[in-house]
Amino acid sequence: MTAIELNGVSRWYGNVVAVNDVTMAIGPGVTGLLGPNGAGKTTILHMIAGFLPPSRGEVTVAGHSSWRNPAMFRQVGLVPERDSVYAFLTGQDFVAATAKLHKLADPAGAARRAIELLEMTDAQDRKISTYSKGMRQRIKVAAALVHDPEIVLLDEPFNGMDPRQRLHMMDVLGAEGERGRVIVFSSHILEEVERLSGTIQVIVGGRLAASGDFRAIRRLMTTRPHVFMLRSSDDRTLAAALMRRPAVNAVELTPHGLQVRAADYGTFTREVAGITRDYGIRLLQVSPADESLESVFAYLLAA
Amino acid sequence: MDGLLNGVVMRLTLRATMSRKRALLFALPAVILIGISALLTNTAHSPVWPPEVLGTVGLLVVALTSLLVGGSVLGGEIEDGSIVHLLATPVSRRSVVLSKYVVAVLLTWLLAAVPEYLAGAIAKGAGNRLAIGLLVGALAGALVYNALFVLLTAAFSPSRALAGGLLYVLVWEGLLATLVPGVGLLSVEHYSLGIANSIAHTGALHAGLGTGTAIGMGAAVTALALVLAVIRLSEFSVKGDIA
Repeated sequence: MTAIELNGVSRWYGNVVAVNDVTMAIGPGVTGLLGPNGAGKTTILHMIAGFLPPSRGEVTVAGHSSWRNPAMFRQVGLVPERDSVYAFLTGQDFVAATAKLHKLADPAGAARRAIELLEMTDAQDRKISTYSKGMRQRIKVAAALVHDPEIVLLDEPFNGMDPRQRLHMMDVLGAEGERGRVIVFSSHILEEVERLSGTIQVIVGGRLAASGDFRAIRRLMTTRPHVFMLRSSDDRTLAAALMRRPAVNAVELTPHGLQVRAADYGTFTREVAGITRDYGIRLLQVSPADESLESVFAYLLAA
Repeated sequence: MDGLLNGVVMRLTLRATMSRKRALLFALPAVILIGISALLTNTAHSPVWPPEVLGTVGLLVVALTSLLVGGSVLGGEIEDGSIVHLLATPVSRRSVVLSKYVVAVLLTWLLAAVPEYLAGAIAKGAGNRLAIGLLVGALAGALVYNALFVLLTAAFSPSRALAGGLLYVLVWEGLLATLVPGVGLLSVEHYSLGIANSIAHTGALHAGLGTGTAIGMGAAVTALALVLAVIRLSEFSVKGDIA
């Protein structure tokens, strides 16, 4: 079943293209929209949620266009990124009010269940204005789940969460995905997506750069050439030793140390310690020169 | 199907509006109006002061209170982004607009129309025709002003909506409508004066419009503004990230 479909969707603001000719289909389970900040993930989520019309193409949710279609929220829950909730309400009031807006038969019971699921019961009677950012995120997710929607859209849901809250939220979303819900979340952090989602849609510069099973895409990333910066007690000897290894493609002596282009990320990182030991060289620094997400995405885009 | 009004939206709107810092400002125009009335009643001896002062200053209070309240009920939530939580539910946009509009009208009645009556009662006595006429004019004015200001906040950014509302009240109504004949036909203040005068019957109110014209124009402007506000909110969009 395809719950969400984007068909040749573009969105531009004046001369600036935010999303460029994206086609994707999203079904049950957890799907991560991965991409650097400003890549267009939020714009795509807003178009799916009907808060932005596409400039070109079509966005459908459960078979209907999402633009000007508030009725779709019977089946859709939305967690916006912006940290703006009714701060004067208690967490319980907020989730129960959302349940009433959905005209649920038992709003108090639905609110209690959603709050329990997000482990917010202890804080539910406090005003949201006293919540930490992580707690606000959780109460927003509770409100988005209160009507038991088939589709849940979350914009950067892990922002501001501490590691424990993050793991718990991942477990909750993972379990909801396994129950057959369509969970779509955006993130610019690779590890979040890796842990949570089997399927990813990589967005770079407004385009769909890669799409599919996370493990396959991750493999593509780890077996690609990597560039490292090394500083040692004897750069020249180290350079000569490294060039004898098949895992190394190129070495350049720079004023800041050695720039090494490794053919294989895994093999190189295992071998470099042994080489320095064998030659009696003291290794002062090893740092990936291109490990930023942007460079990974740039590679994916070129691949 | 959705009803015309949604009780949850109304309660949320009321609490959101009154919890903002600017809520303290809402009662200020009315306090000044009652203060002026009490002062003039004891010191001024001109027989035309109550109708002239209460007709202009009193209805200006209605306009400014409507601008503050009507500009807040929807504009405040659009400004801070919390409107997204409301719009991410199946409640119809028409119901959202009408519920917020009704809250704004009720608050304006309480904060401006009732004080306008109190000022008239202080000046002329509780059962006086002028006091009652001004009350009815103020109630009617609040209906039209709030529809206009809800539309402005649905259509423009909060600062532009506020600037546009102030220009309308101070320049269009305060200046042009008194100087240029015919402009009064598009002045909410003139609708209020026309309706007030149908009860007060005094030339000192300087009502430029007859009762029928005032009611007809007021109703038409209100209906048009609310329909446009619903259309604008149906097309509410948020700005995403830009690559």
